[in-house]
Amino acid sequence: MIAARFLRDGIDRRIGLLLAILLAAAVLVPLLNLAVPPTSSFHMPTYLVALLGKYLCYAMLALSLDLVWGYCGILSLGHGAFFALGGYAMGMYLMRQIGARGVYGNPDLPDFMVFLNWKELPWYWYGFDQFWFAALMVMLAPGLLAFAFGWLAFRSRVTGVYLSIITQAMTYALLLAFFRNDMGFGGNNGLTDFKDILGFNLQARATRAALFSISALMLSGAVIITAALVSSKYGKLMIAVRDAESRTRFLGWRPENIKLFAFTISAVMAGIAGALYVPQVGIINPSEFSPANSIEIVIWTAVGGRGTILGPVIGAVAVNWGKSWFTAAMPELWLFALGGLFIAVTLLLPKGIVGTWDEWRAARRARRLPNELAPVSEPSLAEAAARTARHSIDPGPQPAE
Amino acid sequence: MNKTTDTILYLDGVSVSFDGFRAINNLSLVLNKGEMRAIIGPNGAGKTTMMDIITGKTRPDMGEVYFDGTHDLTRYDEADIAVLGIGRKFQKPTVFESHTVEDNIALSLKGPRVVLSTLFNRRSAEEASRIDAILATIRLEERRNELAFNLSHGQKQWLEIGMLLAQDPKLLLVDEPVAGMTDAETEETVRLLKDIARHHSVIVVEHDMHFVRELGVKVTCLHEGSVLSEGSLDRVSEDPRVIEVYLGR
Amino acid sequence: MKILRALCMFLLPLLLLPGAAHGQDASLGAIVAKFADAKKFDQTEALVRELGATGDPAVRPVLEALAEGNLHVRKADGTVFIVSEAGKEMKLIDPLSGETVGEASSSAMKKVRVNNGLRRLIRDVLSALTLGAKSANVRMAAVNTMFANPDPESIEALDAAIEVETDPAVKSRMEQARAAAVVLSDRPEKDRIDAVELLGSLGDRGVLSLLATVEANAEGDLKQAAANATAKIRSVLAAWDVAQNVWFGISLGSVLLLAAIGLAITFGVMGVINMAHGEMVMVGAYTTFVVQGAVRAFAPALHDWSLAFALPLAFLVAGAIGVAIERGIIRFLYGRPLETLLATWGVSLVLQQAVRTIFGPSNREVGNPSWMSGSFEIGHLAITWNRLWIVAFSLGVFALLLFIFNRTAWGLHMRAVTQNRRMASSMGIRTPWVDAFTFGLGSGIAGIAGVALSQVGNVSPNLGQGYIIDSFMVVVFGGVGNLWGTLLGAFSLGVANKFLEPYAGAVLGKIIVLVLIILFIQKRPRGLFALKGRSVEA
Repeated sequence: MIAARFLRDGIDRRIGLLLAILLAAAVLVPLLNLAVPPTSSFHMPTYLVALLGKYLCYAMLALSLDLVWGYCGILSLGHGAFFALGGYAMGMYLMRQIGARGVYGNPDLPDFMVFLNWKELPWYWYGFDQFWFAALMVMLAPGLLAFAFGWLAFRSRVTGVYLSIITQAMTYALLLAFFRNDMGFGGNNGLTDFKDILGFNLQARATRAALFSISALMLSGAVIITAALVSSKYGKLMIAVRDAESRTRFLGWRPENIKLFAFTISAVMAGIAGALYVPQVGIINPSEFSPANSIEIVIWTAVGGRGTILGPVIGAVAVNWGKSWFTAAMPELWLFALGGLFIAVTLLLPKGIVGTWDEWRAARRARRLPNELAPVSEPSLAEAAARTARHSIDPGPQPAE
Repeated sequence: MNKTTDTILYLDGVSVSFDGFRAINNLSLVLNKGEMRAIIGPNGAGKTTMMDIITGKTRPDMGEVYFDGTHDLTRYDEADIAVLGIGRKFQKPTVFESHTVEDNIALSLKGPRVVLSTLFNRRSAEEASRIDAILATIRLEERRNELAFNLSHGQKQWLEIGMLLAQDPKLLLVDEPVAGMTDAETEETVRLLKDIARHHSVIVVEHDMHFVRELGVKVTCLHEGSVLSEGSLDRVSEDPRVIEVYLGR
Repeated sequence: MKILRALCMFLLPLLLLPGAAHGQDASLGAIVAKFADAKKFDQTEALVRELGATGDPAVRPVLEALAEGNLHVRKADGTVFIVSEAGKEMKLIDPLSGETVGEASSSAMKKVRVNNGLRRLIRDVLSALTLGAKSANVRMAAVNTMFANPDPESIEALDAAIEVETDPAVKSRMEQARAAAVVLSDRPEKDRIDAVELLGSLGDRGVLSLLATVEANAEGDLKQAAANATAKIRSVLAAWDVAQNVWFGISLGSVLLLAAIGLAITFGVMGVINMAHGEMVMVGAYTTFVVQGAVRAFAPALHDWSLAFALPLAFLVAGAIGVAIERGIIRFLYGRPLETLLATWGVSLVLQQAVRTIFGPSNREVGNPSWMSGSFEIGHLAITWNRLWIVAFSLGVFALLLFIFNRTAWGLHMRAVTQNRRMASSMGIRTPWVDAFTFGLGSGIAGIAGVALSQVGNVSPNLGQGYIIDSFMVVVFGGVGNLWGTLLGAFSLGVANKFLEPYAGAVLGKIIVLVLIILFIQKRPRGLFALKGRSVEA
């Protein structure tokens, strides 16, 4: 419907390119992994397939954050919670698939419950042996949490840093909760030792390649939906709320509803990313809820360029590629690099890679056409957002309201 | 509930205080349908707070606020009041700077304010012609595809007035519309407001006495949260109390 | 009185050992020597009683050594020694004089054997012996032992001791010990009921099991009395539990206050979200660690003073880092709070990793000075000195900050700049410096908090992370820009946390508090003490 209309109206060239790359990857990566013999230099090792699949999940997560932060001005420091909830829902399904093959061989209970001397399956585990149910929960659990949280927060007009801080408190509370053994989610160790998904062995190369392809396709879907959302009238309202919330309100719109919808959609998207992530890494544990993780998502988005579709995808892949490289080559320097990245991006590259690129291109075009007053066509949102931000810089600090 | 049928706005005995500071003190004000009124007064007289009360941003501690005879405004919030038909222009021009001029108007157009329906909304021919008409009125047709960010200060003021027009409100609250404008722009604005006042009720808050004189309407002078003097500009500006607190000798 | 005590000394052995009247004329040495011939446990037992009967404090070491298996007999001549092992050789100590008299190989010695029955007897004899000791502390310790292990056979000994006791505290404790013993005895029911009531009035957790035994075995009035006493004790204990929760809450609150108060300045006054605030606390704690190491190395005598050196140093180090952050990063981001949040998070990662690189990832221990170790009791409330000092210290820091803000020129400048920057600047206030130093002050206070927190927990690179969310909750809950709000926020959150803990467990309690704060913020988005004002548009 909305996506169809978006496709009919024509796709931004860059988004088209991104989609083409994702679709090509969905086909080529499995081919290079499965069909090309390992001796060939074109062969793609299985670990790389899993790694790239992980990056795609992160990209989807960053995109979901961008939808609320870049387009709607809600800086969520708790998006990792939605990702983890989706991951747990998928993990619960995978746990149930283990059946009697666990260490304790109990056909009814997951290993950790046997270990904790639980006698029967808690009610909230019912239904997770069905894939459709788990898939529903992947979207419902984060979606409902986001809806309830957003309903409370946006209606009472909690905004700006206050909102950021309470989203952080939310994920922190969930972190503490999921660490508890009696929550029934495996406590400290989380859920792991998965065997298969929908009957396919998770360790098999073909399954892993398929998971990668699905991730690429899902990310493409998320890109299309996000692009469609932001180009609709609703998308314009989101940006309106970001730039001048009270103006929107005095025009008769309800910013709280606009934000709530974006926040919920974004949480569902993050949940799906988490669900794709878990079978590929083979584990989900409470550390996914840690506030530090959620802030890291923000930096992926910021590096790539918030308020753009391409930015978060590029940012997530780039930063995580850097992380993989650093943690292998010089692990002790990774936090220095990450910390430095936070500082450098906010100070030097507030528009991110994509935004800066756009600005540079616009400036070049303006030089080429010196008689034109301003670059009229193709107004880039990121560009404007950044300029708005800079425009509103106050000369000094303001006490918090 | 009927506070005389021909009033568009009716304030009676309204008071509000912040941490013991009385911002509005027993303020009463009546605006007739189709009337344009200019509000003057020194800084801190309560002009902006009065607008906050009318638009639902601030709740009065006591007093009655009725709109269009029947609507008790103290029971509604900003969005409801906007839908009822009160548009407000802020002191500092506030437009959506990352949107084009056209989109700014399009988002303000009167119509249902259901968020979900905006997902599938397409612009109708009728809406498009409304937008064209408004852009013509505020003289921004040429710049309709530019980002509002790139407009001059005066143009932003006009765009904001245009957004108000798009709402098609019964009452417009216009806070300092000519602040920072050139003389030519001010004259344009006077013409624009007079034009608007033919079909709408308008309250204009302004410090520029020349501009107020050009408008040629009834004037209310506020001081310390209540009405100090009311009447034609000549009468008000001769009022010794007004001279004392505001105009100066 | 001395006469009475002497009398007691005289009487005690009689009570303990009615049939051993001859023991007192035998010299101690002679009795001790008999251990050489004690082949059977009952012989040893008789000797122990005989020793106890002398009532002479000099027999203590002998009995203690016997209980610990350190009383040995030299095989060659049958002399009895207390030995202390030092490798293969044993040091021989004269049992009565306590002097080292020689050495012997362990094979040349034979241990005087003891069993558990004997050890119990020795304990009883020793405590009966010490009931007559000169030092009130020793008598108290003895009677405490007897209270904890009531034995009907010690009633007479206690009666005699109560008779002559002069110290009121020890005397009442003796009466309690006697009551505990009476309860278990087969004395008339009336006596036992009285004893039960006496015990019930104590409100001591330790008596509960004793009373439960009585209640289970007795009938009629006694059973009823025991049940009443149990109920009474439980209600007293419940009251003390409340008091204890309040104290723990205040203690936690003081920690929260210390961690949050610097944040209240940077966030409340300047509107700067400093995610590296926790790391300032950590830097302060590591400064304490370094200072203490230096003091230990160069002037061990000043160990107790190391915190006094650490305080100003921690303030300076953390403050200097704060000023550097403000000048280097934050000043470019004023008016963009979300970006500030991200940049300072980056700073926190860098600081954490820097500390990890310099000091290693593991926990470092900072010692307590002597005046901060140990504890004292009020009723059933154990209060540790370090916690008490931290409560006092946090209030002191709070008062100091209030003073700086409201009474000094600097505070005036700070308030002026935050209220109207342009005006302040045209009045000749150097606003950039005020910004930098205000931020430095907030950071320095965090450093001081680190000194205090190093006294109650481990010092690790992650120290700050644990406090940052809590601190934000305190500031936001209390209301931004209001120091009193921060004070109230810290203590109410601390107390709320500790009250929830017994019911919900530590983790769940914390979760509940977080959820409540999240709900609270939604009800009052600007905290407890929000300032109202004319709304600022846009």
